Amino acid sequence: MSSLKKILLGEQGLVVIFAVAFIIVSLTVPNFLTERNMIGLLQSVVTIGIVACTMMFCLASRDFDLSVGSTVAFCGMIAVMASNVTGSISLGLLAALVCGAIVGLVNGALIAKLRINALIATLATMQIVRGLALIASDGRAVGINDPNFYQLALSTFLGIPTPIWIMLILFILFGFVLNRTIFGKNTLAIGGNPEASRLAGVNVATMRIWIFTLQGLVCAIAGILLSSRITSGQPNAAIGLELLVISACVLGGVSLAGGRASMSGVIVGVLIMGIAQNVMNLLNIPAFYQYLVLGSILLIAVTLDNIRSAAAGRGRG
Amino acid sequence: MAFLEFNGISKSYPGVQALSDITFSVAKGAVHGLMGENGAGKSTLIRVLSGDQSADTGTIVIDGQEQHYHSVRDAFHAGVTVIHQELQLVPELTVAENLWLGRFPAKAGIINGKMLIDTVRARLREIGIDVDPAAKVSSLSIGARQMVEIAKAVMVDARVIALDEPTSSLSSRESEILFSLIDRLRSNGTVILYVSHRLDEIFRLCDGLTVLRDGKLAAHHPDIKKVTREQIIAEMVGREISNIWGWRERSLGPVRLEVKGLSGSRLPTPIDFSVRKGEILGFFGLIGAGRSEMARLLFGADHRHQGTVAIDGVTAAPNNPKAAIHAGMVLCPEDRKLDGIIQGRSIQENIAISSRRHFSPFGILSPRKEAALADQFIARLRVRTPSRKQDIVNLSGGNQQKVILGRWLSEQGVKVLVVDEPTRGIDVGAKSEIYEILYDLAADGMAIVVISSELPEVMGISDRIMVMCGGKVAADVARANFNEHQILTAALPDKNAAGTF
Repeated sequence: MSSLKKILLGEQGLVVIFAVAFIIVSLTVPNFLTERNMIGLLQSVVTIGIVACTMMFCLASRDFDLSVGSTVAFCGMIAVMASNVTGSISLGLLAALVCGAIVGLVNGALIAKLRINALIATLATMQIVRGLALIASDGRAVGINDPNFYQLALSTFLGIPTPIWIMLILFILFGFVLNRTIFGKNTLAIGGNPEASRLAGVNVATMRIWIFTLQGLVCAIAGILLSSRITSGQPNAAIGLELLVISACVLGGVSLAGGRASMSGVIVGVLIMGIAQNVMNLLNIPAFYQYLVLGSILLIAVTLDNIRSAAAGRGRG
Repeated sequence: MAFLEFNGISKSYPGVQALSDITFSVAKGAVHGLMGENGAGKSTLIRVLSGDQSADTGTIVIDGQEQHYHSVRDAFHAGVTVIHQELQLVPELTVAENLWLGRFPAKAGIINGKMLIDTVRARLREIGIDVDPAAKVSSLSIGARQMVEIAKAVMVDARVIALDEPTSSLSSRESEILFSLIDRLRSNGTVILYVSHRLDEIFRLCDGLTVLRDGKLAAHHPDIKKVTREQIIAEMVGREISNIWGWRERSLGPVRLEVKGLSGSRLPTPIDFSVRKGEILGFFGLIGAGRSEMARLLFGADHRHQGTVAIDGVTAAPNNPKAAIHAGMVLCPEDRKLDGIIQGRSIQENIAISSRRHFSPFGILSPRKEAALADQFIARLRVRTPSRKQDIVNLSGGNQQKVILGRWLSEQGVKVLVVDEPTRGIDVGAKSEIYEILYDLAADGMAIVVISSELPEVMGISDRIMVMCGGKVAADVARANFNEHQILTAALPDKNAAGTF
């Protein structure tokens, strides 16, 4: 019993749970373990997966970002609208990236400089940015003029769609940043103890602004790919995304108390979210019930985090 | 006539035998000291007594009755109250509400506020605690809060009260009030188990003393008058330590750190001082004298109103800690837990957090160099740990302090080291090791500022002492003229009150 507990709560606990769940699902759910379904599954988690990369940094530094869903929708809108206006997709994408970075920069400045609680600051920007998306589009979906825009989501490389490649590249990139750079280590240090980090020479305010700016930028990438996939800029896209992303991160062992995060954990967390939804779709479970399942998964994730923290807190003194 | 008995208490955690076969007893109405280095098992024993943890084997007997409690609540009903270092009060409630919490006297769920306060006022007067029952706990000093915590124990007629390092955050004056309260409780027949690192307090308060070492009973002295300080220290560390300070003469160079007119919002009066190459300058003062405020201003941790700071004749005046570090000045903060260690991260990361920038091109880490650096300082500072990957919270206070020192020693070109309370909460053995490290650094030419509220320590290790009082420098004394009485007098805000010490 105690060794089982050890495995489940240890570093690799999540991977074990994931592997077991994956095998069970493969054996029991028809059409799950097919190439088509696997690619579909990965495509369905692209938005969550990409945004989770930087949400991991946010949470690891003891912050929080609720504005990601709005930012994804807003930047997707901007990409489509700017492309339509300028007639250049590159300019459209650039505009979206700049807008995303600005939203993140504002979040970071509010939190680091004006010292507004991250939850409140991003709750406010979440509504403001959603409002901007609605105003810009007059509340309607904006169609894409240049069909090349669709290619962002439709094109494939080695048989795998581009968005999945982008997600994989970001996984590797941010995994490297977290584990192998001063930026990553300082993020974890801030989450572990902000004042001690400051006294140890870490510029905490600048770090936080950077983390949020990156978050905004990455949301823009997710927004561009999303609007390409749904073939329009949708002001109401990605509602509730923040909760899915945070669930995935927490499920992946990122501590809400800060200071603990791993990219592999987050990837597994993202996949668990994806598989849960995918399996429910394959089993024809109505969408309304899926909310119950996703909420329950979040609760289980947080409970696991608590138990894990309690286990880590023991053995002191 | 034993009132509280520990009979063969053993307790193990995975990989650690925290307590083995602890047996001793305490008489009714006695204040009994419990000493030992960090990790000796004091906390575990207290936890077993409080019902927070249950012993693997052995029993606790109170007033002849064998106790079989399994929770803090059971222990509470058996008359045992433990007062931890972290106080268990609700800051937003009043003193009276805190004292009644959990069993409010109420009619049909409605609390009679006046009755609440009046009964508490009467009770506090009886015990001799001077605290306003209508005051919010958040408005009280730490000392007063401790009194409230003790009052809470008395209100429920606790027969055994265990105090864990009660004076660690109290001023000398607050400690005195605490001591007289303990004296009164003793005369009422309460058994007090008093855990402390401070020998002075143990001798001042306790009737008897038990020393633990490595989870075992190292010594039990029913009568404290029959032991000496040296004996207790030897029992704690398991070896004789003749002179824990070990100060030796050093040659001093030119002025390294020159501070002029330094002031900030919490230190309004500008202060000046300088430290020479190889010199250890001690700052002594009571709580609130402005020593730590001075250190934080110097280091750029707090906003500086005015003043210049020069290192080796070059104006440095840092506006933030990062700038201070780049100018060659580092700080080991007063509160290790709050401001020093990065919880949840490894020893390696705690050491390398600042210095890694020197060997991480473009911000990309070099795990091999970092590991080598960590191992180097773990060996050099003799940090006791199974591995550099160990989470820093699992280390004892002394080893945590060594890691913080390692963080700064691994930096390049450190010229000025500021250490605030270098050995607070650290056991005797580790203390002298830390002093040795400081001496070595001074001998290498560093200018060292040591801030401490322990006078014997400041006098033991400093070449010169600046005494602070009420945010001002009250005296500047060279080692040849060190005099305990004089320094204490200078540190006291009310000079006439010196006799009370």
